[in-house]
Amino acid sequence: MAQISMEGLGKIYPDGTRAVGDVDLVIEDGEFLVLVGPSGCGKSTILRMIAGLEEISEGKMSIGDLVVNDIPAKDRDIAMVFQNYALYPHMSVFDNMAFGLKLRKMDKGEIKRRVEEAAEVLEITEFLQRKPKALSGGQRQRVAMGRAIVREPKAFLMDEPLSNLDAKLRVQMRTELGRLHSRLKTTTVYVTHDQVEAMTLGHRVAVLKAVTAKRPDNLQQVAPPSELFYNPANLFVAGFIGSPAMNMVNGHLEGSGDQVYAVFGPHRLKVEKKALERHPGIEDHMNKELVLGIRPGDFEDARVAVGGEDRQMEIDVEVTEVLGSETFVHYSLPLAPVVTPEIEELLADSGGDVTTLGDTSRFASRISSDVEVIPGGKATVVVDTAKMHFFDPESGKRIGFRPGAYHTA
Amino acid sequence: MSEREQLIQPVIEEPPAPDEPQSPWMRAGLTVVRFLAAIAVPIVAFTILWLSFEWLREADVNRGVIVLVAVAVGVFGIFALYWAMDFAVNRMPERWRESVRPWVFVGPALVILSIFLLYPAVNTIWLSFLDARSESFVGLQNYGFVFTDDGMLRAIRNTLAWIIVVPSVSVAVGLGFAVLADKLSRGESIAKSLIFLPMAVSFVGASVVFGLIYDFKVFGAQTGLLNGIVQGFDGDPVAWLSQEPWNNLLLMVIMIWMQTGFAMVILSAAIKSVPDDILEAARIDGASELQIFWRVVLPSILSTVVVVMTTMIITVLKVFDIVFVMTNGESGTEVIAEQMIRWFFRNDHDGRGAAIAVVLFLAIIPVMWINVKRFRAEEEIR
Repeated sequence: MAQISMEGLGKIYPDGTRAVGDVDLVIEDGEFLVLVGPSGCGKSTILRMIAGLEEISEGKMSIGDLVVNDIPAKDRDIAMVFQNYALYPHMSVFDNMAFGLKLRKMDKGEIKRRVEEAAEVLEITEFLQRKPKALSGGQRQRVAMGRAIVREPKAFLMDEPLSNLDAKLRVQMRTELGRLHSRLKTTTVYVTHDQVEAMTLGHRVAVLKAVTAKRPDNLQQVAPPSELFYNPANLFVAGFIGSPAMNMVNGHLEGSGDQVYAVFGPHRLKVEKKALERHPGIEDHMNKELVLGIRPGDFEDARVAVGGEDRQMEIDVEVTEVLGSETFVHYSLPLAPVVTPEIEELLADSGGDVTTLGDTSRFASRISSDVEVIPGGKATVVVDTAKMHFFDPESGKRIGFRPGAYHTA
Repeated sequence: MSEREQLIQPVIEEPPAPDEPQSPWMRAGLTVVRFLAAIAVPIVAFTILWLSFEWLREADVNRGVIVLVAVAVGVFGIFALYWAMDFAVNRMPERWRESVRPWVFVGPALVILSIFLLYPAVNTIWLSFLDARSESFVGLQNYGFVFTDDGMLRAIRNTLAWIIVVPSVSVAVGLGFAVLADKLSRGESIAKSLIFLPMAVSFVGASVVFGLIYDFKVFGAQTGLLNGIVQGFDGDPVAWLSQEPWNNLLLMVIMIWMQTGFAMVILSAAIKSVPDDILEAARIDGASELQIFWRVVLPSILSTVVVVMTTMIITVLKVFDIVFVMTNGESGTEVIAEQMIRWFFRNDHDGRGAAIAVVLFLAIIPVMWINVKRFRAEEEIR
């Protein structure tokens, strides 16, 4: 077990394209760190650089006290779980798991003990003599995990290990992975594009974005899941984390003292003091253009909300999604959508571009399922403005962002 | 349905649905007309083909025209024949139609196979029990000859040596090239083309080339490459192809030179089909490049190695040209196929020639069987 640290890490391919830039990251001993981001954000490249499968073009990487820049993969003493499992097709499950140990000339009895122990933990004992071909996807995934576990390496690296499993199995394996980690406590770096996996598994989550000529750094924010949710560093993180995504709209703040209002289009919501406190320096942004962010969860239907007469919005309901425990209401505000480079990147990841936004701001709100909302009808929602987010429209950064502020606020 | 299956699906032409005639007489008449058409059309088509063939043989015109007509008749004639047969099938009574159709399509191929493959094979077996002029039955006498004659025994011994040396050396060297070429960052295709090139040379051509290398002159200056080198080191020139038993090895070198490219191309494709992440997994598991090759890559491509080996063994069993051109089977370089030709055509002993052919045929069967089995197994993995 060891700490993994990166200083100014960068990757430039021989053809000159940059995949990774300026990554400073320390993964603590025993930590479960998730690298998450849209495709092409460099998360897998970083993982492969830790593994030694990809050369490091810039900066320094160390595992434990050892600088590993020039150490080949085979001598780094780390284990990796691949997306396609990468099991050796001609070997039995036992041999697959024992391969790394045999190469290290480990005592036969010890190999047998370790493999059988891991097999028991992963519940694959009965398959030990089978070939990978004869296993299901989930079982192969377990074998791949087993191959990593028996090595007792300094760190586990996992490259989207669950993405080839069907939805139900993925949820089950996710839980098991979490349980496994709390048992083994081995430093783990986990790559995924699935934010639910990131939020549920990671002690800390690193949100990455593709590098651009203008901003050659991938790392957007590294923080525990709840901080990412409540204290996103910028519009990219705010838009990437959370499903449905955070509602964003161009607007401004006006008033002073206890009477501050968020104004966007015809709507005027009184902003709770707590929200202002969580954005130090917001005073300098009064009456100036801002991006206002409201999480879909921070709404309630006026019929079941307590108070909040000065925080209400009249809306024209377009679509409702009744989930039983809650209802999602979708609607549009007749206001130009927020368009920043970050938003464009998020759109590109989901296969769209600015034009798909249209000329309205699309909103989603979660409300209690106790009240009925009819598509095409009208409704009144109350906003929990204490949890509102304010971003600088120029830089896309959260106003007065301080890392860890969520915990201290 | 795959594209291939679609291609071989017969074009099922619905018979024109005539207005069902009311009177039974008319219906019967129609059936007769149809039946006659069904017989007449293929016959007409075949006659036209036959006449054009006759014309091509007799006609006294420009050769270019004849070639053009021959190509046209060959290509479109076959097409027309199939069409005519299909037309005939569609005019048959409904009960027969679907059971007759497959034979119409497979039939020509079966006929050709029977005439040019099956009949000669059966005839060869029959000849092997007859005497030199195929006049009287001699029982197993020819087979006795095959396994007792000094020349034949040498041929069997040599052929065994060929089977062992050529495929193993070719595969080993080809595999080496394939692995090394795979590591090249540039020029992989050029390097592989160069090694594959000898495959394009005929056995006779290659033999002539190596004939120049092994050349030995009793009188006058040596022009052979090998002897040139030997003399360069102040050695005495050697009559390479008379050095028993090593001359056999020199002949095998020619085959190896030609077959290595074949082994390399097939094995290179197999190596490339080993998924990258498996190699990466092995690397992370702590395997060196050499260990990755022996313990991961080689086991993964083993079935391809076997297929290449067996294919090569079959080629080697049939080797004749090299020996014929280089030594004419002298100086103890006989091989089975060479002996077969010698007894058939030069010693005019059809019985012995046929017996050797049958033995050769029987020797190939198990190799073929392994090959097909391996091939199927490989298909299953995919």
